[in-house]
Formats: sequence, structure tokens, C-alpha cells
Amino acid sequence: MVPNIRDIVGYVETHDWGFTQGHRLCPGCNAPMVANWATLAAKSMGYEPVVAAATGCLEVSSTIYPFTSWNVPYIHNAFENVAATISGAEAAYRSLLNRGKIDNDKIKFIAFAGDGGTYDIGLQSLSGAIERGHDFVYILYDNEGYMNTGNQRSGSTPPGADSTTAPVGKAISGKLQLKKSIVDIVAGHEGVYAATAATAEPWDFMRKMQAALEFKGPSFIAMLAPCVRFWRIPDDSGPEVTKLAVETKYWPLWEYNMGVYKVTKKPKTFKPVKDYITKLGRYSKLMKRPDANEILEELQNYVDAKWDRLLALEEISKDKPIRTKI
Amino acid sequence: MPVKLTVTGAAAVAHAMRQINPDVVAAYPITPQTPIVEYYAGFVSDGIVDTVMVPVESEHSAMSAVVGSAASGARTMTATAANGLALMSEIVYIAASYRLPIVMPIVNRALSGPINIHCDHSDAMMVRDSGWIQFFTENHQEAYDFTIMATKLAEKENVLLPAMVNLDGFITSHGVESFEMLDDEVVREFVGSWNPKYSLLNTKNPVTYGPLDLFDYYFEHHRQQEEAMKNAYKELPGVFEEFEKISGRRYDFLDLYKVDDADYLMVVLNSTASTAKYVVDQLREEGHKVGLVKPQVFTPFPKKEFQQVLNGRKGVVVLDRAMSFGKEAPLYSLVKSSLYEVASRPSLGSYIYGLGGRDTTPEMIREAFEDALQGNLIADEQRYLGLRE
Repeated sequence: MVPNIRDIVGYVETHDWGFTQGHRLCPGCNAPMVANWATLAAKSMGYEPVVAAATGCLEVSSTIYPFTSWNVPYIHNAFENVAATISGAEAAYRSLLNRGKIDNDKIKFIAFAGDGGTYDIGLQSLSGAIERGHDFVYILYDNEGYMNTGNQRSGSTPPGADSTTAPVGKAISGKLQLKKSIVDIVAGHEGVYAATAATAEPWDFMRKMQAALEFKGPSFIAMLAPCVRFWRIPDDSGPEVTKLAVETKYWPLWEYNMGVYKVTKKPKTFKPVKDYITKLGRYSKLMKRPDANEILEELQNYVDAKWDRLLALEEISKDKPIRTKI
Repeated sequence: MPVKLTVTGAAAVAHAMRQINPDVVAAYPITPQTPIVEYYAGFVSDGIVDTVMVPVESEHSAMSAVVGSAASGARTMTATAANGLALMSEIVYIAASYRLPIVMPIVNRALSGPINIHCDHSDAMMVRDSGWIQFFTENHQEAYDFTIMATKLAEKENVLLPAMVNLDGFITSHGVESFEMLDDEVVREFVGSWNPKYSLLNTKNPVTYGPLDLFDYYFEHHRQQEEAMKNAYKELPGVFEEFEKISGRRYDFLDLYKVDDADYLMVVLNSTASTAKYVVDQLREEGHKVGLVKPQVFTPFPKKEFQQVLNGRKGVVVLDRAMSFGKEAPLYSLVKSSLYEVASRPSLGSYIYGLGGRDTTPEMIREAFEDALQGNLIADEQRYLGLRE
């Protein structure tokens, strides 16, 4: 069952949103789209989402006591443990269902975290939860830095992007390392559904969200979701920018299901990665450096090679899942 | 009919957990707590209990999962020790502030560094201000009994606080001793069923756990935690009384041994109290009026009970199995401060003993008593038992 746009629109007209008004996220922030769409996808499919969030923008802006923007059950525990927290909730659910203490079989667990809480401090807890095979959907809203605390470098920050703990300066061109390939890391757990998504492609996200919700086990979606403030882009340009990220191979859209790779968007022609980079103010300092072209060239080679690798993985894994159950 | 079992302390605690049969147990193995989770995993694998077991990848995740589970309305337990507790400690505070009635046996041992896997109380003392109820137990029987009583107390509607049951690493956890195990049915009835008011799984009435609590409410919420701790203090006598009805064993805030006419008292936690009772008997035979006070409840600290029992005595020695560097030892400082208001203050002495599993002999205990008997106590001097100077 692929969700139908008419059903979803109909649902919105007659039901409450899972994530609703009153939050204090910045104008133009892409994080609320992620929270909205994910809970909407679940609710429009007849599920009852139970949400956990890691410490981060989405959390501090949506639950300022005594207010909450969450119209669904919600728990925030700490920065690095959203996956472990949701593991516990999911285990409790299984136990209480087994023992007949509850009879609601519509619950689906959704965890939200930013890149800091996922790539860095939360990676161990995420890996443990996936390895144990808990049934939950983990959604990373990837804005490539610690934006909640003022634009510090994370394991997701790309090279050359200006950040406060790896600033582009006279001697050093900002962060020197590439961003971790997080979906590959998650896919390395094998018994998992994992995918990339971008705010420019809501329908692609909805379809992946549906696959994730129906997957009996851990699933993970990494959504490229700009922070307009620290990416130094206009408030209304988040999705426009992620569209470019897809069109330049910077952020290919693909999914992994128990060993099978699938590229979900294959543009006929690609734009050079420079078109994406030069759109973002976070690279303007880099562009003034004499080595800017060198760094861009490296990045271009990297995204080209990654794309070719993805196509090859898609080809060799076709109809060959390495696992059939969690 | 209750049965006598001769097993390790870890097995005794695992049996209490088996009889409670919590909905979820999430734990990470760490010495010397490991046998508790191993026994429990065995009960799960053999279908003796139908608990959902979550064998997590770290203690940090154990406490995190336990918070997720307890917030979902499941009766939830875990166990840990030493560095495991240290790794958990961030979430230990969060569990208390979310008012989740989690029960956690702590098998006490030294914190690194240097690394040491043997008994002392530096782990429990590290989290003494985290908002958990803290029980200390002398032997297998008490470790078993308090695990059951902790569950009852933690879930009281006016309490709703997590509780830790401390037992001594290796000495209690791995030592084999007899204890009396109650009938499964009796324990089950005593702890009853757990029906929380607020659950994450109630989608009809969604709640938000763990919001951002700024300067306008955080203070008030901590004040409420203090109130819950006061309620725990008030509820405890009732729990002790109810437990006596099913077991015939009478517990209190303080275990008092030969204190009635005693001029000199020793205060000590956990298994060392057994050695101290032996020394008390010896000194009594020699005609000395000595006695022992063993706190079974450490948090909420039974200040009034200490005042009642210590007021008017000639001398009191307090033994700590943990140090509070640069400050008075943790138990000593609390005992000392509780005596500020009494009419007739005893002279006081502070003794550190048994760190990192250092054997504590009757001779060492006797040494502390003798300082008291000879009027050689200095309240501001920290002394050491069994230390090579």
C-alpha cells in the first residue's frame, strides 16, 4: 500500500497533526517538516505513533514546559540515548502486549535526532538498538552540525563548511574531513531498512517512511534538512537547496533493505557539485581561499565515485537479500 | 511455606526479581553484578518468567532503556555496579526527575581509578544526591527482602521514585549463605500489580515526558522531588510493617544491635556490620557497654532516628567504606550534622576502612571501638583502619 496523496490530504482535514503549532523553531527551519511528515505518514496509515527525541533543536523548541507541540505521546531523555530510550519503550510495549495488559496493536515507535545525536554521541546507542532488532523508525534530521548550540562541527559536517569549532581561517580551510557515510554505517548492521531522504522530496520521504513503518525491525531514514541560519541561506530556500544536493549527487536518494540496495532517484543529467556549494553561505569563506577549487574538485571526485558505487551495489544486490528476517 | 536456600547473594537477588517478574529487565553485565543478570537471563530462557529482557550494549543504554520502559508503564528493573553506575549516572538523575519507580540492585564496588573490582561504597555514594531511594543490606536475606520492599515503596502513588538496593560486591554477591525465600505467590501478592497513572503507551491521552524545563519551573520540580522523598520516609514504616506480616522479619530505618544501655556506638553500612556485631559481642563479654547502628535506609536519610539513638551517648564511631576527598566522609558527615540539634552530643570519630576490597578484620573494628572507650576521639580527624602508613 503506497500512501495516496488524497488520503493524506483528507486525513489532515479531519484529524489533528501529530506535531502541531506553537513550537519555537526558527522561521524556515526544516526540522518541523520532518516531524510533521513522519507522524502524518504514520497516522494516515492508521498507526498510532509514540515519539522519542534526542536533545537538540527539535526537542528544546517543541516542549518548553508547560507547553508541548506534540499531539502524540512523546519522551525526551538525553542527548545520546534516543535509540536506547525507544528500545526500552518498545520492549515495554511487547511485554505489556504479551501479558495482556494493553491491547493496542497500532502503536509505532518513531525516534528523532539530529546529526550530533546520531553520527557522534548517539552512535553507540543507535548501533546497539539496531543490532538488538527493536521495531522502531529512527529519523535523522541531518543539518550537518551542532546547530542548536551555535554551529559547531559534527561528524556530519562536510569539508570546507564554516563552523565555530572548525572555522575556515587563514591557515586551515575549515573541517578537513569528509562527512561520515551514516546510512552505510547503519546498513552495515544488515538486518535493517535504511534510506536517505531530502526535504525537497516529500513524496519520496513518505514512501520510505511507509516502508520503514511496515518493516518488522529497526529502520533508519536520514533526511537532509538544512538549518537556514547556519547554512546562511534564505529562510524559504531549504527544500530548494536539498533539491540541488540531490541533483549534484551530493546527497543521492537511495535505500537499503536487508542487503538490497536501490537508488530511488536517478536524474538524467547531473549538475556540478559546485552549483550546490556556492548556493550556501557556509562555504563563502572557503570560496575566497586559493585552494577552493582544489577542495571542490576533490568533493566532485568523491560524489562521482560514491554514485557509481551505489549503482554497482544496486546491480549486484538485485533480488539478493542477505537476510530474510531480523 | 518459605524455604531455606543456600546460594550466592546474586542468586538471592535474582530470585527476588524472579518472584516480582517485572515486565522488562534491561541490563549490561559488569563485575560483580554480572551473575544477577545471568541468573535472570536463565529464568527468561527457561520460560520461568515472561519478562522481556533487553541485553543492552552499555550501562548508559541500560538506564536509558529502563527510563523508556518505565515511562511506558512497565514495571522495570536493572542492576549494576561501580563504573557501570558511573556511566549510568547522567540518566540516574533523569530517572528520578521523571518520577519513574525503577528498582536497581547495586553490587557495591570501588570506582576506578586505579581499576579495582572489589567492594567499597564509592559507587553508591557517587549518586547519593541523584534523587533515588537508597537501601543498604548486610546479607543475602536483607538483599532479597529489600529488593521486594523497594518495589512496593517505589510504586506508592505519593512516592514514585526509583530505588537502589545496595549489597556488597563479592562479599554478599558471591558469598554463599542461607536465606529464607518466601513463596512466589506471597511475594506476587505483596508487590501487587503496577498501574501507572501516566503512560507513554496511552495514545488516547498523550503525555510529554522530559520537556525543556527552564528557570520558571525547574526549581519547583526539584522541590516536588524533595516532597516525594519526604513521602517515602513517611511510607516506609507501613512497608516494613506489611513486610513483617508476610515474612515475620521486622525492619526499620536503623538496625540496632545491643544499643539500649550502650555508652559507645559504632555506625557502619552493609556486610561489615556482621563483623562489627561479632566485635560488639566480644567487647560486651569483657564488660564494655558497646552497640551497633546499621542504617538500612540511607536516602531518605533517617536523621531523626539517628538523633534519637545517638543523643546522650558517650562516644560514636562512624565507619565509611568510601572517601569524600577534601571533605568529611559521606556517612560520617551526615551523622555528624544530624547531631547538631541533640541535647547531649557524643564525642565522634570518623574511620575509613575497606577501600577497594581491603579485608576488614575484627581487630580493625576493635581498634575503632577502643579509641572510643579510651576517650580518644577527635571529631575533626579522619582515621584509617587497616591502612599501611
